[in-house]
Order: sequence, then C-alpha cells, then structure tokens
Amino acid sequence: MADQRIVDGVLSGDRRMMARAISMIENEDKDKHRILSALFPHTGKAYVIGITGAPGAGKSSLVDRLLSILRSRGLTVGVIAVDPTSPFTGGAILGDRIRMQEHALDKDVFIRSMGTRGSLGGLSRATKDAIQVLDASGKDVVVVETVGVGQSEVDIIKYADTTLVVLTPAGGDSVQTIKAGIMEIADVFVVNKADLPGADRTVAEINIMLDLGGATRPWRPPIVRTVTIDGSGTDEMYAAILRHSEYLKESGNLERLRKERTRRDVVDLIEYRIKSTVWEQVHGSPEFDDVVARIVSRETDPYSAALQILRQVNLDRCKE
Amino acid sequence: MGERKIRVLVAKPGLDGHDRGAKVVARALRDAGMEVVYTGLHQTPEQVVEAAIQEDVDIIGLSILSGAHMTIFPRICELLKENSAGDIMVIGGGIIPEEDIRELISNGNASAIFTPGTATSEIVDWIREAMREKVSHKEGVS
Repeated sequence: MADQRIVDGVLSGDRRMMARAISMIENEDKDKHRILSALFPHTGKAYVIGITGAPGAGKSSLVDRLLSILRSRGLTVGVIAVDPTSPFTGGAILGDRIRMQEHALDKDVFIRSMGTRGSLGGLSRATKDAIQVLDASGKDVVVVETVGVGQSEVDIIKYADTTLVVLTPAGGDSVQTIKAGIMEIADVFVVNKADLPGADRTVAEINIMLDLGGATRPWRPPIVRTVTIDGSGTDEMYAAILRHSEYLKESGNLERLRKERTRRDVVDLIEYRIKSTVWEQVHGSPEFDDVVARIVSRETDPYSAALQILRQVNLDRCKE
Repeated sequence: MGERKIRVLVAKPGLDGHDRGAKVVARALRDAGMEVVYTGLHQTPEQVVEAAIQEDVDIIGLSILSGAHMTIFPRICELLKENSAGDIMVIGGGIIPEEDIRELISNGNASAIFTPGTATSEIVDWIREAMREKVSHKEGVS
C-alpha cells in the first residue's frame, strides 16, 4: 500500500518520502491521518525550538547559525520555515532557504518551507503534523521558524519546547509596539544585529519589562545579543536554549507542557472530525440555503435554526 | 478533500548574478496562486536537486544567463534520476540559442525553455497545463 511505503520511508529517513508525507499533510490528503497515526509511536523524541520575531529581524540567518552549532555537536536537525501565503491569490514566495545554503547538502539536515495557507497565528495548519514527520524520521532537534510576526501571532508556543523571540535594535518603540503578545511568550530573548546602535537600549527595555512582571516567575528569560554576520553571540544563544531545556526537565514542566499539548491535540482532532462531518452534510444543501433565507427575512433566528439543523445531522459518520 | 497546490522551485544555478528575471517569474507564479520556493543565486546542481526533493516541488525553474545551460540542465536531470526524482519537471529561462533549446528538449533535459520576451502568463499557462496532464496521467494509471 502506498501509505505503508511512505511510513517506512519516513521512519528510515528517506528524504523523498518525508517530503511527500509533509505534502500530503499540507494538501489534507485523505490518507493523512492514517500515516500520522502509524508514525506516532515513533515521535516524542525530538526537541522543538521555535524562532519568531518581526520580518527582517534575522530569524532565518539565526536558524542557519543554530544549524551549524547543532551539527557541530553531532545532532541531526529538521527545519520548518513558514512564510506568508497571499490572502488574494493563495500563492507564496518561500524564501527562507536562501539563508541556509551552507546546510543544503548536509544529509542530516532537512529543510522544508511552508506557506501559511490562511492560518493567522504565524504558522500553517500543517506545521504541527510536519513536526511529527521530522520527529518520527529520527531528527534530534526540530527548528520551527514562524512568519515575520507583529503582535499576536503566538501559535509557536503551542508546539515549541523552547521559544526564541528575536528583536532588533530599532529603538524602544519597536519593543513598545510588540509588547502585548509576543513579549510574553519568550523563553529566550535574542537581540540580533547587536552591532547596530541602540542594542543596549533594547536590552534595557526588555529587562525593565521583565522586572515589571514581578519576581514570581520561576524562569526569567535570558537576553542574548547576536550578530549573524560574524556569528558572535550565537554560542551564548545555544547555551541559553540548553539552560531552558534543562530547566523544563528538572522542574517537570516539560512533562506538563507535553501533556497539555496532547490534551489540546485530541480536542482539536475531535472538533475537526465533528466539524467536517457536519459541514459535509450541511454545506450546499438546498435546505440549508432555505434556512439561511428564512433567517435573513427574520422568519426564524440563527440560534434555533442551528439547533434544528444539528438535530438532522448524522453524527455517527464522524466515528468511522 | 484538500486543495493540491502547485509547488515550483525557482533557482539560479551558476555564476552570473542577474536575478531580476528569476524574481519576475517567481512573483508571477506567486500571483497565479502557486507556492514558489526561491533559493537565490549561485546554486550548484546538487543544491538545486536536494532542495527540490526536500521541498517536494512539482517543477524546477532554472534561470541561466551565463551560457552554461548545456552543462547544467543535463546535470540536474541526471541527479534527479539518481535520486529517483525523475518525475520532477525541469523548465528554464534565459539567453539560450534556438538550437540548444531544441537539443535540450529532444534529449529530455528540459520540458520547456522560455526566452527573453516571453509573457509571464505564457509560463503560468504552460505550468498549469503540464500539471493537469501529470495529474490526469497519474489518475489514469492507478
């Protein structure tokens, strides 16, 4: 069976089959769940590092540097780099690989670019499952690079064990503007382009923000300065990631994090099944159009109509 | 169920640094709703093929202005076959003489070559048509 060939291929690290599996996930292939379920027993080993930050902050270049460090320690790495999909045409330019050329021929590095395809949280819907594929293929570390984010695209924390937030010294204003969502999710702050003027001020701003948060947090995110052109500070960045991963393990938080994640995944899957079952039966049916018309003309209200429709849906189908 | 998106790798192998054409084409394909993996300048054939495999693209588009096309196209097709990825189509653009185009296509080292002056819509249409044929062929087999 074609599924089995892909599963076996992924488990043995066959790059073509890994790529194929990720495409099937992205395209919502009907065999997607069967493949993921066969891969699942082989997952849970990879450590997931997330990198997020504004467009042009240097995320891809930092991933490139991180790849060199991880490889020099003998670790195998999978990378998922997400770039935005056009809301108008559905097309995308995926350009994160440009910065990672040095690792293009390393057989122990697998880089996959993805378009967001309508997701608004900084990742694509398929990212989570693509991480599973790379994990099952035996990669020690999976690095996930988000799209360039603004304030509230924080989906990365749902999947990353350690999240890096990359900032640049563009003055205190940039810190101010992204304060609300992004500033809360960092396990490690990276001030990149630290050779530019204003880096000290950016570091100070982050420290002030952290101090305001009170001393009750068991993990205070360290702040590292990096310059990707010459690689300075990137070893410190890696050391900070390691410290965080040790903290997670020792405090028992890694266990807790993964349990929460699993719980959410299962709920998501149940929701997805129910949603698609209902949608298949309701969408496009003449009765549904009729109900919509009656709601618009105020003959009935949407709340009663929803209940009425739901009573007619056969939910047994989502249990198959 | 889901929508099958066309994925194209746009690469610029070899030593010349003129990437305007590659960027114009990449942009046009994006506007046609395709996912374009753009790998930038100075790619070796090995890098192009490895990226095409990892990204699971349907088509590789090469921009070559340096005159090295008679070496690069065959090398990339050879590497694709070695990696059992011969189903990935290779197309190209650039300053390539008529007789070389004929030879590349008749030897199976390129599926299409678009020379300067080609409208981007022509490239988009060609890719869509080629993909339709590929998909219907696949369905016919299985």
